[in-house]
Amino acid sequence: MSASINHKTYASALPNFRNLGVLLRILVIVNVMAAGIAVSKSGSLTNVWHEVLEVSAVVQPVIMLSLVTLVLLNDVLRRAPYLWGASIVLALELVLVTALYVFGRPLFAMQADALEAYWLLTLLVTAALLLYFDLRGRALSPALSEARLQALQARIRPHFLFNSINAVLSLIRQDPKRAERALEDMADLFRALMADNRQLAPLAREVELCREYLNIEQLRLGERLRIEWHVDNLPQDALIPPLVLQPLLENAVYHGIEPRLEPGVVSINIYLARGEVHMVLRNPYEQEGDHHAGNKMALANIRERLALHFDAEASLTTNVSDSAYQVHIVVPYQKAGAA
Amino acid sequence: MIVPAPLSVLIVDDEAPARSRMHDLLADCAADVPLVVTGEAANGRTALEEAGARPVDVVLLDVRMPEMDGIEVAQHLQRLEHPPAVIFTTAYDAYAIRAFEVHAIDYLLKPIRAARLKEALTRARSAARPKPEALRELQPGPRAFLSAQERGRVHLIPVGDVIYLKAELKYVTARTAMREYLIEESLARLEQEFPERFVRVHRNCLVARQAIRGFERSAESAEGQWEVVFKACPERIPVSRRQQHIVRELGRS
Repeated sequence: MSASINHKTYASALPNFRNLGVLLRILVIVNVMAAGIAVSKSGSLTNVWHEVLEVSAVVQPVIMLSLVTLVLLNDVLRRAPYLWGASIVLALELVLVTALYVFGRPLFAMQADALEAYWLLTLLVTAALLLYFDLRGRALSPALSEARLQALQARIRPHFLFNSINAVLSLIRQDPKRAERALEDMADLFRALMADNRQLAPLAREVELCREYLNIEQLRLGERLRIEWHVDNLPQDALIPPLVLQPLLENAVYHGIEPRLEPGVVSINIYLARGEVHMVLRNPYEQEGDHHAGNKMALANIRERLALHFDAEASLTTNVSDSAYQVHIVVPYQKAGAA
Repeated sequence: MIVPAPLSVLIVDDEAPARSRMHDLLADCAADVPLVVTGEAANGRTALEEAGARPVDVVLLDVRMPEMDGIEVAQHLQRLEHPPAVIFTTAYDAYAIRAFEVHAIDYLLKPIRAARLKEALTRARSAARPKPEALRELQPGPRAFLSAQERGRVHLIPVGDVIYLKAELKYVTARTAMREYLIEESLARLEQEFPERFVRVHRNCLVARQAIRGFERSAESAEGQWEVVFKACPERIPVSRRQQHIVRELGRS
């Protein structure tokens, strides 16, 4: 916790080797380096292809073994202090290369008497990768603290704020009890908006926030707004970036319900499938009208925050049909306490 | 001394709590500004019916409403024999507020204070009616309806129902599948407002693109002038020589 409050200092950490994005990055970088080596080794252009194949025959087994080992040891490595973890990774790579050299030299066409050269290359490549991930971590760290600011930018529309205050004012004389409840909902909503939103939060909390938000909208719109919840199989403890669903619901009401004369249904469907949390929001939508800039901005903002927290493992897709608009978010099922 | 009749007020807002709040506020103002609330409406169409059935002095008009926004409603209200004063109400709309300021059009910000409302009502009786040009400038997109005044009432014609618009002396005739309406607008301005919907086929006629069935050579004229044939009405509209190119452009589809 203390590290996140004092966000000027950045603590180096190994990347999460179980993240698909991290694995892909390692794969791509190592292969690009290998290709570079092959090109520099080949004297002429005609030789390049031959060299690439030769280098690749050595590099691919090493990298595959490394990735498997790193995925397996991920928790141990990341729990250790950074310098220890990094040293272990370096040592691990040396051991792997040595093992391959000793047992698989004939199989992988490795050159004889070149173990020292392989060691040196391995050290260079591994160190370069560690440096890359450290720099990337540093580069993204201010972004992570900025995620809070962005969450604020995805904030409630002033239109909603003033209309809700107006709705509460109308209740004070006629239905003071209901006015009290509405103010309580508003207080909760704004507390959440002003909170530190950099950390992941339990899905159950976000759903509660959405309910409070919709209560207020219901007050304003009455019969015009119908809500369907399909959250019986909701993974309560799943972690998601805060304020991902609420802004989308706000869009659904603003673009889907308010421009309609007839009542409309906003549906929220959340479920767990194959280790992933799916969140699907639907609202009625008529193609006419051009007020779409706000919606695009909110979507871009949420996409960015999902990428910041989950890299390539989260996705947000939108789907427009003749009469409905749908947003589908998928995030990996990460439980509270196991981050 | 003549005591003026109480101000008659119509409340227009799509949100029920907002209308109820306005009722409370008007009740608070009634002691200083004698007034009577003649009715309320949840959308522009009902508002126009109400104002047509019972003339009112002031309409309190919400800007953001479904189907037809407040600015369009205000334009149709001007067609009434005795157009009411309009006071716009809005919770938040940076663009509209700037425009209201520029054109000195009265507006109130929600939540509305009784004191502000009282001032606006006092001004309303003597205030000039908003200029149609100013309102048209405020309109962010094309209108959803055209309006014709008939026997003191405002008749709304959905723009999507119009087959063609034909200029005749002082008026423009709007033809729908059912009948014709006389509207007080200029063809040039309509062409400007709905460039995607209507195409000019003649100096005095705009035709809805989606109402066109095809083009045929006229049987009467010797030069075989092109005519527009419609899906939903038997009349034909000649295409002028200058606009011949649209036969090629639209005839294919």
